[in-house]
Parts: sequence; C-alpha cells; structure tokens
Amino acid sequence: MDMIHPPPVDASALRARMRDLNDDYAAALDDLDFAGWAGFFTDDCHYRVVSLENFKEGLPLSTMECHGAGSLRDRIAAIKTTAVFEPRTLRHIVGGVRIVQPADDDIRAQASFAIFESLSDREPHLFMTGRYLDRVVRAGDTLKLQERICVFDNYRVRTSLVFPV
Amino acid sequence: MTTDTLLDIPPPAPATDTIKPVSTWQLRRWPETRDTSIPAWIYSDPSLFAREMEVFYDGPGWSFVGLECEVDLPGAFKRSWIGQRPVIMVHGEDGAINVLENRCAHRGSMLCWENKGVVKDFTCPYHHWNYDLQGNLLGLPFFRGAMGKGGMPRDFQKSEHGLRKLRVATLGGIVWATFSDQAPSLEDYLGEEIHGLVWRATGSGKKKLRLLGYNRQLLPCNWKLYLENSRDPYHATLLHSFFLTFGLLRTDTAFKAVPTIGGRHAIMASTYSAATAGQQNEVTKQLASLKTDFTLEDMEVVKPVDEMGDSSMINFSVLPSVFFQQHGNSLALRHLIPKSVSETELSWTHYGFVNDDEDMNRRRLKQANLMGPAGYVAIDDSEVLAKMQPVAESAPESVQVVTMGGTGHVPQDTMLTETLIRGFYSYYREKMGL
Repeated sequence: MDMIHPPPVDASALRARMRDLNDDYAAALDDLDFAGWAGFFTDDCHYRVVSLENFKEGLPLSTMECHGAGSLRDRIAAIKTTAVFEPRTLRHIVGGVRIVQPADDDIRAQASFAIFESLSDREPHLFMTGRYLDRVVRAGDTLKLQERICVFDNYRVRTSLVFPV
Repeated sequence: MTTDTLLDIPPPAPATDTIKPVSTWQLRRWPETRDTSIPAWIYSDPSLFAREMEVFYDGPGWSFVGLECEVDLPGAFKRSWIGQRPVIMVHGEDGAINVLENRCAHRGSMLCWENKGVVKDFTCPYHHWNYDLQGNLLGLPFFRGAMGKGGMPRDFQKSEHGLRKLRVATLGGIVWATFSDQAPSLEDYLGEEIHGLVWRATGSGKKKLRLLGYNRQLLPCNWKLYLENSRDPYHATLLHSFFLTFGLLRTDTAFKAVPTIGGRHAIMASTYSAATAGQQNEVTKQLASLKTDFTLEDMEVVKPVDEMGDSSMINFSVLPSVFFQQHGNSLALRHLIPKSVSETELSWTHYGFVNDDEDMNRRRLKQANLMGPAGYVAIDDSEVLAKMQPVAESAPESVQVVTMGGTGHVPQDTMLTETLIRGFYSYYREKMGL
C-alpha cells in the first residue's frame, strides 16, 4: 500500500458509516475506554502503529503492533498493570474519511488523524498526526477493522506513546 | 538613544594572553563526597553542555554513525549525527564508507536534506557547490565569473575546500567515526571487552546484519540522564515490573555489572533461563512491583530463544553515543543524540540477520513491542526521565546520591548496584576537569 491517495469511489453510505466508526473509535480512546477500543477490531485483526519513515521504506518494524484480539488485550493489560507514566488527557480528531475500495468482502478505507496531548501539568500540544489505512469487513450490521495501520508523520515521538493511536 | 550616549561606550579592552573568558561551568565545584554524589547543575548548565560536546563528541572518542547495510551500494547515503553535528554516511565508488560533515565548505549551510537516498554526488542547494562521494569539491558555478566579471581568485584551490572528512572505522557491520586526529584506533577506544561484545552482538563475523527499522523519540531531558539510566541495573529491578513479572530480568539470576576503561563504557550481563522465568521465590516475593496475577495471551513476546548460545542477555553502553540492546531476541542500537542541554533524541535502529528464519523474524518484531517510545518496558524510562529534568533545573545546587553497592566502581555481580554510574562520573570528571 503506497502513500499516494487512490481516487475515492462513490460509496457515500459506506463513507458515512466509516465516519461514524472513526468518531466512535476516537471517543473510546479519548475516554481511555480500551475495552471499547478493542471492540472495533475483528478477532483476527492486525493493528500496527508505524512511522512514515519505516512505512515508506517498507521496513517491518512497528512502534506498536498487535496480531489478533488477544494481543490487543495484552497491550491494554500492560498499560493498566505494569506501565509507569504521567497522567494525560488525549483528544483524537479524525477527518478526511475516504473509501478507496468498496468491495463488500474487502473494503479499504483511509482517514487522517490528529492527536492532542495534555500532560498532567501542561497545556495541550499537538502530539501526533498521520493516516489510518484500513481494511474493513462487515460483521452483521456493523463494520469491523480487520487491519488498521496507523502511519504517523512525526519524525520523532514526543517522549512516549503510551496509548494506542 | 542619542549619538552622544553611543559615543560614551568605552572601547573594548585590548586582548591579552592573560585574560580568557570564563564559562559558568568552570566556577562549579563537585560536591565533597565526590565518588557518590552527582550535582544537579550538570543537567542544566548550557556552558557545561557546550564543553561536553567538545570533550566527548568532538574529542578523541569514536561515535556510532549507522550500519553498513543501510548504505549497501555505491552512492547510497544516510544522514546521521555526532553529538549536535550533522554528518552524512555515504558508500563511496571505491566501496569504502565515508562519513562527511553535512556542512557546505562555502557558507556552512546544510548540504544534504534527505534522510536516505542514492546519489552520484552532492550539490549544496544554496550556491550549488558540488562535491564527490569522498567530499572533494568538484566544482562551483561561475568559477571564472561571467562576462569578465566576478569569479573566484586565481589562486583558489578546490582541493583546499572540500567537506570535512571524518576518520571512519567499521566493526561487525557497524560504522563509527570521529572528528579527532588524536583518537586512538577504534579497537583501543572500545577496549578488548567491548570489542568482543560488539563482535558477539553482530553475529561474530558469521552473519550479515539486516535492518528492521527505526524508532525515534525526543526526550525532554539531558543526555546524561539517559546514559545513566542505561547503566543502572538497580532501577530495572523495581521500575520495570513488566520485566520482572515475566522473568526477563530478575534479581535472583546471575548478573554482572562491569565498568570498563575506568568507567568509559559499561556492561550489564544477565542470564536468562526459561525454566525459572515464571517462578517466584524469596527474592521475587519482596518486589511490590511483581504482578503475579498478570499473564499475557501471546506469551511469545516474553519467550526468547537463546540465539547467541550462551544463555545470556548482554547490554552495554559505549561512550558517548550508543547502547547495544539485547532484550530477548530484540536487538537494537540506541543512538543518543543530544539536541540541547535539556533535549535528547533517542534513535533506535532495530536489526536482525540476513539468514533469520521466519520464526526468528516474527519473534524480533513481536519482542520489539517491549522497546521504543511505546515499549512495554521502555515507556517507564522515558516517562521518569521527562519528570526528572524540570526538578534538576529547579534546584541546580541539589545533590543526588549513588551509593547502592558501595562507593567504588569495580565490577559487581549483582543488579543492586550503582557501580556503573559511579564509574561513568569518575571518567567524566577526569575528562571535564571537574
């Protein structure tokens, strides 16, 4: 998957549903509702947070990577149980949702994200920007993420990436 | 302001040999209990920082630059840094790796703006001075002027205006460089023990390195806070409960903390046993941070295989710029790049080997979740150091205590020691004259 924007296809209903999914996904992360966050993914999901630098060069290293729902739960458990970090509030803004392939059995979508971070004793700052590159499947009436690759634009992460993107 | 007041300003005093500017760091005094005290001003004094860059990064030591496999064909280059100074690592036409200061010899502008690429030569964007892959000045526009006007003086020698070329050495596929003519050979600078460990970490001459990717983070702290952290096994037994819980590093297994060359470098060697990894005993029960009820659904992230064949995980810190990481099967070089007295870039280059099989490749990538800006273990460090810096700045005369394990800096066979930090500051004070 390269970073050139493929032309959008006419799938306005699907596009509206992906906007809803992304808004709800952002709300779950803003609320630090990680069980809710994991609920957006399929059991066999692939979740990856990767720098634009690695992504463009095709390098396999991720900053955060989960294969399957169990691995998402491990990430959540580590955040809650063992990780030591400064309290913070995050605000996820997702926009520019596009459906680049509407095929029913293999929907491909993209969106841009911006994450603002407010540390315990600081004003908000822009923490990270990037793009979601998604493979989406229908699960009954809902859409689920089978793959979400979060490609962040930052050359460097500011201090730490504590929570999922 | 009137002209009169301007004229009132006395002329500058004539320069003499006896008057030299004094920087604030030269007025500092290390606390009396020298071997076990660290004054907080070393983390916040900009004049001290400037001196450190001269002594440790411009001085007679060797710095990490990159991996040979990152520039594996003629003309391939990568940008890097030695301290605050930008450099270019480039594969020359003759096959040798050159390291050039990324600074045009003309007006000092940054020559190369791309992080990586392949070129035939380098052209400065500002006035188009052009250099070959060895840094020699090939040509410049309007050398003889135009229409009989302008141009360089007749005696201008291109051979005298090349890029600054650094001394380069490679070891195990890793590229090192120094600005100094006085630096000993890389082998002597590293010393026998570190030289052997670099060789071990890079496949002992039997394997070729393979780049897996980068993690970069900007830490809001002085570079020495990170360097100390990477020489401090004591904190790892307490802060990093993820390590403890899954037995990747624990106080009840054999461990060695070895300062080398008077504290210049530092080795931390631990043993790993899959058999005892999950067990608890009298020692582990004392640790409040051990989360006995915490398990993982995907245990491969904490189950390494013994790829070096010695049941050991050996991590070591090479002054001034690099930490060799072996955590499970996650191998990485952590490049320490000071940006200012209070900001440090930490760049992780993760690697494996060309002949890694699919299982090993998966293991390396999965276990990389422990490290980097989002690491199960490494988050703890970046968060703690970020909260240390403002406190250090708020009370520069305050003093830290490093007495765990005694007052000297000899090798010790326990994690419960600060011998490596004491060793570093012994070496540091000697080189800085503090």
